[in-house]
Amino acid sequence: MSPFLFWIFALLTMIFGAAVVINRNPVASALSLVVSFLGLAALFMSLNAYFIGIIQVLVYAGAVMVLFLFIIMLLDLRAEERRRINWLASAGGLAVALILLGQIVSVVGHFKIAHKTFPPLSGSTIDDVRSVGASLFGNYNLPFQIVGVLVLVATIGVVLLSKREPG
Amino acid sequence: MITLGDYLVVSGILFVIGFAGVMLRRNLIIILMSLELMLNAANLSLVAFSRFRVDSAGVPNYNAQVFVFFIITVAAAEVAVGLAIIVALYRRRQTTDIKDISSLKF
Repeated sequence: MSPFLFWIFALLTMIFGAAVVINRNPVASALSLVVSFLGLAALFMSLNAYFIGIIQVLVYAGAVMVLFLFIIMLLDLRAEERRRINWLASAGGLAVALILLGQIVSVVGHFKIAHKTFPPLSGSTIDDVRSVGASLFGNYNLPFQIVGVLVLVATIGVVLLSKREPG
Repeated sequence: MITLGDYLVVSGILFVIGFAGVMLRRNLIIILMSLELMLNAANLSLVAFSRFRVDSAGVPNYNAQVFVFFIITVAAAEVAVGLAIIVALYRRRQTTDIKDISSLKF
């Protein structure tokens, strides 16, 4: 991956991620989040994690964002745009976030390994779906089944929560 | 050349953007979206470390990618439950603004 492409996709991810927070209209925020997730999927592919990149596009940019947009359309959130902003609270929140950013950048800056480039991989073809699948169904078989139960519980919970109450 | 630190800084900035969204916004749906942004920032740094830890055979460490797979699955379940709670709340209170939901406030 050339540095040029890395910075394009990194900037795309960060700018549209910031647009999620800045936009006053929830639909615009959700659409910015889709673009941000697509940029992130490209970053995953640049790290030779093709399986994770495709899962990111399918699950996040596909299923999760459709769910978000569906709920935003269902609730009709127009009135939120007219609220006035509490500038003091906003400045406080922004200050905490910027302090956190300074901490992260300083830690990464002092982290010796972080200045190394990525080591080369062996073959020209990378069979990462097979390798991830092998460890998913081998080493991590029990967690995988527990996650299956978790998804089932979530499905039942959603049905129960969104059921209309009698009376 | 692109170093590991570049990916970590991008991941950190993405996390801070999500954190700022949780701190600054008053709309529950936007807060949930910012949470997703923070989870994805963690995923990015996990995948970067996975690519960085190449063993002697020249194969990246796939344990981190399995971890990311689990995070994505759990996050999808979390979004579904969270949005169902928001819909149930909206049905009862006609709002998604956290300023209007203060019955549990001390």
